[in-house]
Amino acid sequence: MKNFESLFAAYMFVWAIFLVYEFTVARRVARLQAELDRLKEMVRHN
Amino acid sequence: MAASSRGNLGAALAVFALLGFACCAALFIAPDEATMHAIQRIFYFHVPSAWTAFVAFLITFIANIAYLVTRKPKWDWLGVSSAEVGLAFCTVVLVTGPIWAKPVWGIWWTWDARLTSTFVLWLLYVSYLLLRTLLADPERRPVFSAIFGIFAYLDVPLVYFSIRLWRTQHPQPVILGGSGSGINAVMLRVLLLCWAALTALMILLLRERYRLERMRHETDELRFEIEGRAADREMAGKGRG
Repeated sequence: MKNFESLFAAYMFVWAIFLVYEFTVARRVARLQAELDRLKEMVRHN
Repeated sequence: MAASSRGNLGAALAVFALLGFACCAALFIAPDEATMHAIQRIFYFHVPSAWTAFVAFLITFIANIAYLVTRKPKWDWLGVSSAEVGLAFCTVVLVTGPIWAKPVWGIWWTWDARLTSTFVLWLLYVSYLLLRTLLADPERRPVFSAIFGIFAYLDVPLVYFSIRLWRTQHPQPVILGGSGSGINAVMLRVLLLCWAALTALMILLLRERYRLERMRHETDELRFEIEGRAADREMAGKGRG
């Protein structure tokens, strides 16, 4: 198939961009959730 | 909580399955294009990614206006979330475009009206997100970014109409392009399927990103409360001393 490498690269980039973005959002949510739990604990003890 | 988490996982799996099916349809069901052959199949994710980015930026535009009118934080959260998600889709457009262009045009990039205005659009929303990190004042940040967001959206119609207004290296529109435009019925159905899959992905990402913004607001409020209590205790201690 002509230009198969370019087609394959384009589809790989599409998936990679979305997966990397989803991963960064999920990581930020997890970090913030841990911070939120820590602050709630501090408020409860104060 | 567990039910909500199961619901989110179910929605993510459904979107993943829809995207997988759309990919298969674009690669194996859509007919081969007569002149470009296999490389033309980039079209099924390149074009719908651009449409989805436009929808995301429209949501940002509406949220920015709603924030300036109502001053409710939820509109600011929606505005920034949608801008970031739209930027991910715009990045897909800017990456897949040159990969498609090289074998067809013989060049990766040219500064024609469509490509340049799309690159400017990407830069504008990167600036929108950077502006928010540079503004430390929580009162001014949403106002300034809402004004900038409204200004940034003005480039969207320019991107859309650029191939209609000027002679460009980028092809003329095949959808709603007037006489002489149009595509094969199967190609159109696959294109719409891919757009539906990408729109579902946009909604999923937008929900997650909005949740992040809401949590950030909640964290800031708790920090403020803790600092307030600490200041009160210090004042009380000084008063007794």
